[in-house]
Amino acid sequence: MNTLKIIKIRVCTTDAKDIKTITFTHPGSVQPGQFYMIWIPGVDEIPMSISTINEETKGITFRKVGEATTALATLKPGDLIGVRGPYGRGFTLSGKHVLFVGGGTGIAMLAPAVEQAKKQGIDATVVIGVKNKTELFFDKRIKDTGANVFISTDDGSFGQKGLATDIAMDLLKKNTYSSVLTCGPEPMMKKLLDLCKNIPFQASLERYMKCSIGICGQCCIGRGLRVCKEGPVFDGKTLQNIEDFGNYRRDASGKKIQF
Amino acid sequence: MYHHQVRFIITNSFSSPHQPSPAMAVHPPHPSSTKQQPFFHNETQPKENIFITTHPISFFGVPLVNLNTRISNLELSNPTMLASGIMDEDAGSIQRIIDLGAGAIVTKSIGLIPREGYPNPTIVELEYGLLNAMGLPNPGIDHYGKELQQITKSKTPIIGSIYGSNASEFVTLGKKMEEYGVKAIELNLSCPHAKGYGLEIGSDPNLMQEIIKGVKNSVSIPVFVKLSPNVTSITDLAQAAEKAGADAIVAINTVKAMKIDPEIRMPVLANKTGGYSGKAIKPIGVRCVYDIAKNVQIPIIGVGGITTASDTLEYIMAGACAVQIGTAFYSEGLEVFRTICTDLESWMKHHHVKTLTDLIGVAHQ
Ligand SMILES: Cc1cc2nc3c(=O)[nH]c(=O)nc-3n(C[C@H](O)[C@H](O)[C@H](O)COP(=O)(O)OP(=O)(O)OC[C@H]3O[C@@H](n4cnc5c(N)ncnc54)[C@H](O)[C@@H]3O)c2cc1C
Ligand SMILES: Cc1cc2nc3c(=O)[nH]c(=O)nc-3n(C[C@H](O)[C@H](O)[C@H](O)COP(=O)(O)O)c2cc1C
Ligand code: FES
Repeated sequence: MNTLKIIKIRVCTTDAKDIKTITFTHPGSVQPGQFYMIWIPGVDEIPMSISTINEETKGITFRKVGEATTALATLKPGDLIGVRGPYGRGFTLSGKHVLFVGGGTGIAMLAPAVEQAKKQGIDATVVIGVKNKTELFFDKRIKDTGANVFISTDDGSFGQKGLATDIAMDLLKKNTYSSVLTCGPEPMMKKLLDLCKNIPFQASLERYMKCSIGICGQCCIGRGLRVCKEGPVFDGKTLQNIEDFGNYRRDASGKKIQF
Repeated sequence: MYHHQVRFIITNSFSSPHQPSPAMAVHPPHPSSTKQQPFFHNETQPKENIFITTHPISFFGVPLVNLNTRISNLELSNPTMLASGIMDEDAGSIQRIIDLGAGAIVTKSIGLIPREGYPNPTIVELEYGLLNAMGLPNPGIDHYGKELQQITKSKTPIIGSIYGSNASEFVTLGKKMEEYGVKAIELNLSCPHAKGYGLEIGSDPNLMQEIIKGVKNSVSIPVFVKLSPNVTSITDLAQAAEKAGADAIVAINTVKAMKIDPEIRMPVLANKTGGYSGKAIKPIGVRCVYDIAKNVQIPIIGVGGITTASDTLEYIMAGACAVQIGTAFYSEGLEVFRTICTDLESWMKHHHVKTLTDLIGVAHQ
């Protein structure tokens, strides 16, 4: 049982405009791609991927988008948060050369996956896509692993102008990869899945979460696959059979909403 | 030994009908009518019969034991139903639970309009169970109807759970559920944490009767009433429900409870109070079913902490004709429906019980 633990924040850093990382003591092994439920007492409890993995400490990296993430951003070292998890299934890292494609805050959870891959002796090529230069983060951290890094910005303020999928398409034409791992906006991941055809593919999905222990059904996709339990990382074969992938998510009431 | 066994099987296939008798199901046997039925004869059985207890579930396609049960006019292939609010927000999830072997499905409690439920935290894992205050999140009956229509043709009966704040809301919801093809309706008169809904109206016998009568008069499918243990007398409410025309009683919903975190010095649930479910509440549920069974004739569906076949037997012996499973889906995993059924079959074979419904209410000696 990964029950709720109340933990003191150790370090808070700012990584880019509106992007912050909070580190806390949470011993134990986790897989890149797994997530925690983070309770900000009196505010909300939200799912957050694990972005830094050390034996004793773990971190989460988030963008300020609403009430809970804004409240998280004001917390200081020594403040208390509730942490439960780790939950879900993370990435399976294998093969000779993996192509990672991250969009927006998706880069936060890909960073520890790249680090882990390099540790296992797997070659890594990483495509990072953001809107503009001010939103870029973890590029240095990822380069430091020795991975090959390509950056795209929507407005051309840094790296190649365009989308991460444009770069990925180019790379897929020129090179052979044992698999493609991605986290980012779902329509981007869907496009990437279409590009990958027969290349093994894994994508990390986000759905509105409540229980995160696989009982409430809030996060389900396809034939009752729980993103909090069987996911958040799914393989390409599974995703190909899920109509909602890249098309629909559900809000807190369970109503379908188009991406 | 072999001859003996074959004879046993043939007798079994002729003497025990595979459908429970309607009379028994509509009116669960009164305690006195089941009293005489022998089922604890393992100690006195001749040794060779033990062979049968380890035999496969069927012999030339003839089941040795029969898990079928019936609630009003609903036929269930086994007594394990999915409880409301568990993995039942969309058609895909319900389909998965059907594939996992549940005998029937109860949908999430659905209201007239979409409702987001309470903010997180909505769930707390505790040592002996779960505490939840989801706050009845649901997409509203019209959106949910689209999900339901994809699965109500399934052989496994789907029961539509509904909640409202007055009789006319329940009537509208009940009619729509029937249109979408559900086989029965469960009235949620027992959610312990939704203001203006559930328990708040379910503890007023007059309002409850008005709701039941209203829905009964507007639909032709059976109407079940789900009750809360958080009342002075659940038996009085069950009797009031029976008088108003309810076709079955579902007991129990969660037990009102709270978790405070000492470090944070405040309740963990955003709603502060919630409903406690899982192993810890099983004895409470068994007692409620037992008391209700003494006082009403309509079928009872037992819910609360059911995790194993042995828990199921307790509820059935207390007077339930079927059970619902919620928290065990999380604590035991996906196979819980199948495991309970397989273990029930083994238990029945070991105790020479051919028909599960023979055990209904036997604890009332
Ligand atoms: C498995 C998983 C991992 C995630 N990892 C990260 C991460 O590493 N970094 C990051 O910045 N964000 C991550 N998110 C998204 C993050 O949970 C939301 O951005 C956050 O909940 C927004 O809360 P808010 O109150 O600040 O914003 P709001 O204004 O409440 O909402 C903004 C958006 O976040 C969504 N959201 C709100 N509450 C939840 C919830 N309980 N579950 C899921 N989505 C919600 C809303 O639907 C909306 O689209 C992850 C989501 C999931 C499901
Ligand atoms: C997460 C969760 C959501 C629930 N939602 C509902 C609901 O919408 N309607 C309802 O009648 N009961 C609801 N319940 C109560 C269950 O149906 C059941 O009565 C209760 O949990 C006891 O059974 P259990 O111990 O097997 O879980 C919910 C329970 C849980 C744990
Ligand atoms: S969030 Fe409840 S099942 Fe996944």
